Amino acid sequence: MRAEIDQVTVRGIIEGITLHAENEVVGIVGPNGSGKSTTLRCVYRALKPDAGTVLIGGQSVHRRQDLARELSALTQESQVEFDFTVAEVVEMGRLPHRRDPARDRRVVAEALARVDVAHLAGRSFLSLSGGERQRVLIARAVAQEPEVLVLDEPTNHLDIRHQLDVLALARGLGVTVLTVLHDLNLAASYCDRLYVLDEGRVVAHGTPEEVLVPELVAKVFHVTAHVVRHPTTGVPQLLFDQEVTP
Amino acid sequence: MIGKISALVGVLAVSIVAGVGLGPVSVPFDLTLQLLHAAVTGGTVPADLAGQYHIVWDIRLPRVLLAAVVGAGLSTVGVAIQAMVRNALADPYVLGISSGASVGATAVATMGVLSGLGVYALSTGAFLTGLGATALVYITARTNRGLTPLRLVLTGTALAYGFSAVAMLLVFQAPHGEAARAAMFWLLGSLGGADWRSLPVATVVTVLGIVYLMTRARQLNALAMGDETATTLGVAVTRFRTHLFIVTAGITGVLVAVSGAVGFVGLMLPHLTRMVVGADHRRVLPLAPLAGASFLVWVDVAARMLAAPEELPLGVITAAIGVPCFIFLMRRRAYVFGGR
Repeated sequence: MRAEIDQVTVRGIIEGITLHAENEVVGIVGPNGSGKSTTLRCVYRALKPDAGTVLIGGQSVHRRQDLARELSALTQESQVEFDFTVAEVVEMGRLPHRRDPARDRRVVAEALARVDVAHLAGRSFLSLSGGERQRVLIARAVAQEPEVLVLDEPTNHLDIRHQLDVLALARGLGVTVLTVLHDLNLAASYCDRLYVLDEGRVVAHGTPEEVLVPELVAKVFHVTAHVVRHPTTGVPQLLFDQEVTP
Repeated sequence: MIGKISALVGVLAVSIVAGVGLGPVSVPFDLTLQLLHAAVTGGTVPADLAGQYHIVWDIRLPRVLLAAVVGAGLSTVGVAIQAMVRNALADPYVLGISSGASVGATAVATMGVLSGLGVYALSTGAFLTGLGATALVYITARTNRGLTPLRLVLTGTALAYGFSAVAMLLVFQAPHGEAARAAMFWLLGSLGGADWRSLPVATVVTVLGIVYLMTRARQLNALAMGDETATTLGVAVTRFRTHLFIVTAGITGVLVAVSGAVGFVGLMLPHLTRMVVGADHRRVLPLAPLAGASFLVWVDVAARMLAAPEELPLGVITAAIGVPCFIFLMRRRAYVFGGR
């Protein structure tokens, strides 16, 4: 399913952002405060843009009653106070769908297993570590069976193995994935295309190969980078010098 | 789950019959059952039992049923409000209803406002100013993004201080202390004025409210996880919170009008229920009203008996029973509402 952001502006934060993704993994990268999360919040309707439109499957998100059946999101929201179990949290992903207990149970069990939290199913969500919580929330987004999956920094708090697992899972779903990532090397490894945001605008987009070049990294992130090839996959990876460019 | 519900229904039924029997003039349990059976089925009662029949049917039963309704309502509203504002300290009165109602009640008791309404003056005055206060909280807390949880709690708390100040001023300005005492007694909660006429409105509003909330259990779960999460799960958060506000304010307003501001039930019973069955509203919502109903029936029994023939305010007893129970359970179980 196609996700399309057209000339979206949130006053003072993002300005005329245009991007799209369709049955591919699209990464959004950029420095802190460049408007990555704000862009995603417009997609999952936590924010109504001042101008521009967000279309999912060709229809504006603000005209869709049943959007939650097609779009799920991992948000940055994290202050939960209620002591739900892990299974209950993941089961919330079934809320938008017509109730079907047998199928709901199966989908929830699958989602728990896919992000490696099945063994935590009966545990209290609040008792988990940051990384475990993050995986549970990803399981919930997966249990929603979306056509479009929006992920805001999915690798936050995760150890390296689970970072790789989660991004591989996102690719393996075969749906449209729109994800904000901080780690440029993970973005290069797992995204089909990247959009680079700086000061609320898209400053570059294309394949990782086209986008992650030393000149752009220096301009946007103010660091000196060298591009090397991953010895087995051939994907471009960045190595950074210690001193910061002005 | 079915087992827990049946057990609590059983407890409530026994509590109601026992509650009807107990009081300054006690009626034995089996005789109470027999008299209630006769009343419900239209049977006959021997002439020498007429006095006890009068106590059971006309005085105690409506009062005990009202206690059950108020307990069920406050407990359920507490569950909904804690999820609605995502705050462990929230109770049905956090939106300013009880302090607003206290203005009306003290005005009636000390200044004779609405005296044309006779015995209904106090509850009418309380109901009107209670809902007026809630409307004011709603209007003040509202932003163009709807009602946000923290703003609601802050606005409700701040305005509650204002309303309480007005009520206190009325008490201190009152020419004689007796009126102030009446107002204070009412504020701490009492079912002393209960009769059959006070039941229908309170029961209908409470039952409809509980049914509505039970049908929204999964949405309440989503809302408890956060507004953004609830939005991505397809909950229209702004509209849902407005509906919750109206339903909880409506139930609370009606209950405060018939029983005063019974404290602690709406704060504690939701937590007690969650300690036993967890946070999932699909389990909390059927059990919290049953637990709250039984609890308040026994609280009212204690209010009648402990200092008989004087009556104690319900709020004093809910606190005296509730605080130690609550602290005991909280320390015994690894209960983590509010994070570890």
